[in-house]
Parts: sequence; C-alpha cells; structure tokens
Amino acid sequence: MAAGTELTPTSYIGHHLTFLAKPVGGEGGFWTLHVDTFVTTLILGVLCFGFLWLVTRKATAGVPSKTQAFVELAIDFINDQVKGIYQGGSTLVAPLALTTFVLVLFMNAMDFLPVDIMAWIYENVFHLHNWRSVPTADVNTTFALALSVFALMIFYSIKVKGLGGWLHELVSAPFGLKPLWMSPLLVVFNLLFQVVEYVSKPLSHSLRLYGNMYAGEIIFMLLGLWAATGVVGTVFGGVLHLGWAIFHILIVALQAYIFMMLTVVYIAMAHEHH
Amino acid sequence: MNINLTLLMQAAAFAAFIWFTARFVWPPLMRAIENRQKQIADGLAAGEQGRQNLSTAEKRSADMLAEGKAKAAEIVALGEKFKSETMEQAKVLAKAEADRIVAAAKAEIEQEVARAKESLRNSVADLAVAGASKILKREVDAKAHADLLREIQQKL
Repeated sequence: MAAGTELTPTSYIGHHLTFLAKPVGGEGGFWTLHVDTFVTTLILGVLCFGFLWLVTRKATAGVPSKTQAFVELAIDFINDQVKGIYQGGSTLVAPLALTTFVLVLFMNAMDFLPVDIMAWIYENVFHLHNWRSVPTADVNTTFALALSVFALMIFYSIKVKGLGGWLHELVSAPFGLKPLWMSPLLVVFNLLFQVVEYVSKPLSHSLRLYGNMYAGEIIFMLLGLWAATGVVGTVFGGVLHLGWAIFHILIVALQAYIFMMLTVVYIAMAHEHH
Repeated sequence: MNINLTLLMQAAAFAAFIWFTARFVWPPLMRAIENRQKQIADGLAAGEQGRQNLSTAEKRSADMLAEGKAKAAEIVALGEKFKSETMEQAKVLAKAEADRIVAAAKAEIEQEVARAKESLRNSVADLAVAGASKILKREVDAKAHADLLREIQQKL
C-alpha cells in the first residue's frame, strides 16, 4: 500500500493494478517489461514442470507411487481430451495441451493468494512496491499464449495442406468459387470471412481468459474495500472474500480447461480441409 | 491494456515450457502409462487363459474320476466273481478231502475191528484150551489137538 499518501478506494485499487514495469534499453513504450508477470510465470513454470520432470525421472511402468499416479491421472485426462478432438499425427499437440493446462491453471491459481497480504510481503520482504501476482490478469500473457497457439495453427495449416492449399483455402472457403462469373466477388467475401475467423480466434481465446482473471482480481479488491468500513465490515468482507475465493476455484480450473480445449480445437481445425 | 515486450517474453517462456514438456515430461510418462496398460492387458489375458485351463483341467479330472470309478467297479465285480469261483472250488476240494478222510477212517476202523476179532478169537481159543485142559485135568497135547483147536477157532 502506498505509504504516506492518503488511501482512497481509487488509489488502493490502482496500486493493486500497477505492474512492475521496467523499460528495456531506456526507451519505454513497447520496450517495457512487466517484471512481475514475467518472473511469476517463470517461477511457476519452473516449479510445475520441474515437479513433473522429477516425477518422470522416477516414473515406473510397475506399481506407481502416489505422486506418479496423480500426475498420470492428469496426463491421462488430458490425453483423453486431446484424442477425442485431435486425430492428426503430431505428437506435439498432447504435450502442448498439458503445458497450456498446467501453466494457465497455476497462473490463474495465483489469484488465490490474498492480495493485501501478498502486497505486504512484496513490499516489506522483497521491497517491491508494485507487484501483481496473477500473470493471466496481464493481457500480455494471454495474448502471448493465444498468439503462440495462433502461430502453431498457421504452421499446421500450411504443413497439412501445403502453402498453396492453405492460400487457396483462404480465398475459396467457406463459400466456394462457383459460379465462375461470381468468383471475384466470392474471393473477396471468402477472404473477409477467413480474416475475421483468424482474427477472432486468438482475440477471443486470449481475452476470455484475461477478462475472467482480471475481473476475479478486481472483485477481490472490491471486497477488500469492506475493510475501510470498520471491524464488522472487515469480517463481512472476509466472509464474502471466502465465498468468492471458493467460487473462483471453479473459474480458475474452468478457464484453464477452456483455454487448453480451445488450443487443441484450434489446432485440430487447422488440420481440416474445407 | 498496454501491449509491450512482456508479450514476446511470455511467448518465449511459453515456447520453452512447451519444448521442455514435449521433450522431457510427456514421452517418459506416456511410455510408463502405456507399458503398464500393456502389462495389465497381458495380466488379464493370462488370467483368462488360466481360467480356461482350469475349466479344461476340471473337466478332465471329472472324466478321469468317472473312468476310475468305472474301472474300480469292474475290478470289484471281477474280484467278486473270482471269490465265488474260488469258494466253490475250495468247497469241492474240501468235500473230496473230507470224503477221503472219512473213507480212510472207515477202513482203519474195519481193520481195527478185524484185528480185535482176530485177537479175541485167539484168546477164546486159548481160554477154551485152558478150560478144556482143566476139565480133563491133564495136559492136552496141543499138537495132537491142533486141528480141533483150529476148528473151534474157526467157529468163533
């Protein structure tokens, strides 16, 4: 919390919504890095995938340990989902789905850390005045994930259909090119449709996750404002906080699941011929 | 919403994590899972095979038991028959032996009787001679009266 200045609801929320932004190369603008988002992502990724890697090192085909059984449960779940949607031959899609699910789930789960306690810890233990814990509440993260998936989508489209096939599909689907005298017009409409489709996919993919997590964060902060009304309000706010946190468990898991499923669906769609 | 370098860095981190998972995490775990699935499938197949073997073995043992019972009954019947035959034979033999013994005993008794008669006859002759000599108060010449004595003996 901003010490010294008067604490208003606006400054309280504003403080919690400020990234630890570091300009790279002294320029600012685009060349700014949200250190909190990036570092949190790295820590979570290293912890999660390091843990999975440790489990794999001791993995046995015989009777599995409880940890291995748990990890296998998750892997099996994701494998089933992927197999149900994606029939292509790539062996990258299932690990991609696992990575997406685990990473998004844990980045979302950072929302469970109580905002004010964490703010105090960041301030007093790490001496970081601004630090946002939830990487998925940063639109950069969700766009990064969605655009990576988008790139894979284009990659698989071209890989499966060939560059010519893909370009042909851009102008010929979904309306086709017949009758011939209508072709020029149809090309325009097809291309328009494809562009809208290609733009809407990463946009909805990323903004859905971002919106959910950002809204979740905001609601935690708004509930935190109850603390300004005295002891009773603080307790009441705490109860509401608990309720929202429990409901948020569903959102966190659901959004991670949706993000993973959409990733697989988009890549599976890239394999389809029109 | 300010798009900045974070996007690129996050994308790079994401790519690195995907690579790591696809390279080090997914394949070994999938391999372990698939191996275990195979083991379980093999185990189930082996169990099924074992159950089939068991049922065949049970059937065979039942067959063998029935066969053994039949054979035993046959053997018992055979023994029964042999026993009765042997008994019959033994009876015949015993009867023959008994007859033989009875006949021998009879012959012996007859011999005894004859011998007794003979000695009795001799004794009577001696007694008669003694009696006669006493009556005649003189020694009877045994030689002279041998014919007479023999005659008496014959009559006895």
